[in-house]
Amino acid sequence: MNHQESQINFQPKPYMNPYLAGIGLGLVLLLSFVIMGRGLGASGAFSSLLSAGMEKISPEHVKSNEFYLEYLGDGTTSPLKDWLVFEVIGVFAGGLLSGALAHRIKKDIEKGPRISNFGRLAFAFIGGAMMGFGAKLARGCTSGQALTGGALLNVGSWAFMLCVFAGAYAFAYFMRRQWR
Amino acid sequence: MNAPFFKYGYFGDDLSLVVAFIIGIGFGFFLERAGFGSAKKLTAQFYFTDMSVFKVMFSAIVTAMIGLYYLGVLGLLNLSLVYLTPTYLIPQIIGGLILGIGFVIGGYCPGTSCVAVSTGKIDALVFLIGVIGGIFVFGEVFPLLKVFYYSSNMGNLTLPQLFNIPYGLVVFLVVLMAIGGFMGAEYVEKKMKK
Repeated sequence: MNHQESQINFQPKPYMNPYLAGIGLGLVLLLSFVIMGRGLGASGAFSSLLSAGMEKISPEHVKSNEFYLEYLGDGTTSPLKDWLVFEVIGVFAGGLLSGALAHRIKKDIEKGPRISNFGRLAFAFIGGAMMGFGAKLARGCTSGQALTGGALLNVGSWAFMLCVFAGAYAFAYFMRRQWR
Repeated sequence: MNAPFFKYGYFGDDLSLVVAFIIGIGFGFFLERAGFGSAKKLTAQFYFTDMSVFKVMFSAIVTAMIGLYYLGVLGLLNLSLVYLTPTYLIPQIIGGLILGIGFVIGGYCPGTSCVAVSTGKIDALVFLIGVIGGIFVFGEVFPLLKVFYYSSNMGNLTLPQLFNIPYGLVVFLVVLMAIGGFMGAEYVEKKMKK
């Protein structure tokens, strides 16, 4: 009873108008350019996290790999004391704040009706892995390349952005059972 | 005003991390507001039923782009001190295609998956573990990929430089393109509702 009542009182609110949300996002990005001289990011924080973890597990292995070394720096400070790491902690906090204000926090697995929970989670892992790999190859993800580089009219970012949309549209047909 | 403030030494590294956290809150807040904590809403873009990804992304790009342009023109912001990722065209094209396919398979991108985790999505948590797994694979095979990773280096290159047309004109053209895209997106959404 109580549970049902609380659900009635806490209906999730509708999402913000996409253009207004975009302007808000654009102003945050602009603020980052003005204050810091750099844009937003996401995938880089997880590279730092991974590199820090790898160093704990196998310091010898990490020393022979340029990729990890770049995120570990000169070793005088923790690789987690990094701008993007703190920014991404903020992203988690900001998402939590917005979700809580709009009553949208709910344990859930997002999927269409024609796929099992296990199937969805398997695809989530595979898609995530492709994202992680692709973002490293492209030197950034949707945040660092498409959004940040897009606003800076960066050539590589615009090429990247077109390819993200092209890849997603080209493959959408094969994933329709997961979402529709 | 001498911006970027950090580059002009108005504050140091420690305070920059506080700034990072606060800017991150703004970023996450608007991503969640837009509905980007939902994989179904994000992927609807690729089935033409909800074009929010395009609308939000391009409103954000246009807003920040116009802001950068005018702050630069007015001499308030030194654009040459804003970090620009160098262009390595072919790896960025291949990376973009892999990332795009991963988007429609996984349902999120790295940033949006963070706000989805914050709002309780289990699939987003698994996605994020996958992201770290993908970065791990990249790190492990990096010695083999190194030559390709550094190929087709075009340096720091912007669209106005590439096409040799004035910065302001490119800004204007991108605004026109975005407005055309928004009208197209509204039209497509209406069509798909029928």
